Amino acid sequence: MTLTQNRITDLFSQKNKRLLNVYFTAGFPNLDDTTSILRGLQAAGVDLVEIGMPYSDPVADGETIQLSNGQALANGMSLKTLFSQLADCRKDATGEPVTVPILLMGYINPVLQFGVENFCQKCQEVGVDGVILPDLPLDLFLDEYAPIFREYGILNVNLITPQTTEDRIRHIDRESDGFIYMVSSSSITGSVKGVSDSMMAYFERIQAMNLRNPRLIGFGINNHETFDTASQYANGAIVGSAFIRHLSEKGTSPESIRAFVETIRA
Amino acid sequence: MQTTLELQASFEVSNKGFYGHFGGAFIPEMLYPNVEELRQNYLQIIADPTFQAELWQLLEDYVGRPTPLFLAKRLSAHIGATIYLKREDLCHTGAHKINNTIGQILIAQRLGKQRIVAETGAGQHGVATATVCALMGLECIVYMGSIDMERQQPNVDRMRMLGATVIPATSGSQTLKDATNEAMRHWINNPVDTHYIIGSVVGPHPYPDMVARFQSVISEEVKKQLFTKTGRENPDYVVACVGGGSNAAGAFYHYLHEPSVRLVAAEAAGQGLTSGHSAATTALGKPGVLHGSRTILMQTEDGQVTEPYSISAGLDYPGIGPLHAHLFESGRGDFYAITDDEALQAGFQLSKLEGIIPALETAHALAALEKMNLNPDDVVVVCLSGRGDKDLSTYSKFL
Repeated sequence: MTLTQNRITDLFSQKNKRLLNVYFTAGFPNLDDTTSILRGLQAAGVDLVEIGMPYSDPVADGETIQLSNGQALANGMSLKTLFSQLADCRKDATGEPVTVPILLMGYINPVLQFGVENFCQKCQEVGVDGVILPDLPLDLFLDEYAPIFREYGILNVNLITPQTTEDRIRHIDRESDGFIYMVSSSSITGSVKGVSDSMMAYFERIQAMNLRNPRLIGFGINNHETFDTASQYANGAIVGSAFIRHLSEKGTSPESIRAFVETIRA
Repeated sequence: MQTTLELQASFEVSNKGFYGHFGGAFIPEMLYPNVEELRQNYLQIIADPTFQAELWQLLEDYVGRPTPLFLAKRLSAHIGATIYLKREDLCHTGAHKINNTIGQILIAQRLGKQRIVAETGAGQHGVATATVCALMGLECIVYMGSIDMERQQPNVDRMRMLGATVIPATSGSQTLKDATNEAMRHWINNPVDTHYIIGSVVGPHPYPDMVARFQSVISEEVKKQLFTKTGRENPDYVVACVGGGSNAAGAFYHYLHEPSVRLVAAEAAGQGLTSGHSAATTALGKPGVLHGSRTILMQTEDGQVTEPYSISAGLDYPGIGPLHAHLFESGRGDFYAITDDEALQAGFQLSKLEGIIPALETAHALAALEKMNLNPDDVVVVCLSGRGDKDLSTYSKFL
């Protein structure tokens, strides 16, 4: 599958080193924080932003992101609300338009209830470039949803893990566009401490495969050191739980967000 | 009407793990290798004669199979039909759950796993898992909602006495659904040496099919026992309660392709279908994805999973197994919603009429008998899935 025009593919064609993708949960800590955090991240110079669509049962996520999902739902967040919050961000007359590539990350059930086609259409309308749905396996995506995503120009980002076989990585690489999300270790989000030898061996193994897609490493990237290491073996990294913790502790102001991004990038 | 062969084909799981529209394996990539390992091996392992020999010996000598098929004469007279009870309550640990855990622990051994993780709601599956882990000398970790741990303290103690580590699930609503999430997270974090024993016909393919196969011993025995007693293998009705639906899957299994046998599922209506405190999934749910399979699911308009309620902790689950979703959608099964009050009444009634105190889950199946408009010449098999000792504190409030 090849897309003609997409902010994510454009980004990777211009820059392929030390890309920083930051995750936050839509509607956390407050319902209306979504676009200000998005703008704060753009102003701080992150390369991609991943917005979490909160879900009641996020099985791939650790405690930090679970709690942010629960809080966002308690605040009243829904896909409908998220799309209305994002509606004008790409063409906002009152502030700097948002130009950074946006991914939505979440679980399949809310998307199914919204309607997959309706969802893709809304993504296109508001300027979402890609989607990460961990519990939608690649084969089911290809069987049922790939043509709809293609029609609306929405990338579906796939994950690989240290346990993914070489054959399957090749298959995922063939069927992916944008980038491959390398899960750093066998774990849920927010639970890994540091980069171990076995992780380095995995990073080296994947690097040597010369995949056609760029790679971003996520899970366990929580400071400058881990970001730096990940960037040596991939095109960049994804930070999630650490940023959620930062928002809880240090607030959502542009200065707070900038300070966080600077400590990661150093 | 469909032929027997067509019926048979339509209720067998497809290569990709679907029953009609329902099933599949909606799992994050982190779980793919574990589930794929199981999918590639389970049929072969189960078919292996040495596996079968070991399984049957344990079912006979340890679980206590075959369980009796009991003609409940006084209940029959009360209902006005011939009622047989399939006595799964007489299995070791007091419920059908051990049929599955025995099968799965033998699979885990053959896959070289050293540790078992499981979820539990009321604690029955947790106890059945802790039991087989003790039997085989494997480490056992059971996740249980912290609210359920308070409600079902005796089962927590039983698991601990059997050597299991019981970990409270403190996320979300702190009940079965969250315990299942935590068990899946544990499996993601321990992908190589751990096997996840799911307790019902839910989860990603191949779990629903694998668990149904291990529970199918129920209907396999019923067929033989009914033939011995009545000269016919097929009753007019098979009745079972459905939370996730494992005892129902086992009781229905060998009758799925027998069009003359009606399959009756009793779901928990809780305080009533419109009360907002219910677990009647087919009545209140819509198609969706939960815990790895596409099924019918109680959820908000936005696709957030809603918290179910039932007086019976074993039926307190917002989904049902994909096989049951297919039985419902295809019209092959009749689904009844039974309230807490109706279940309690049926539980007291069986105790007094037959001297058998049923589990509250099972009491829902018994209550369905009153709603089925049975004829005097109807032959009905009810799966008496578990005994009621664990529910005495609830029953005693209504004595």
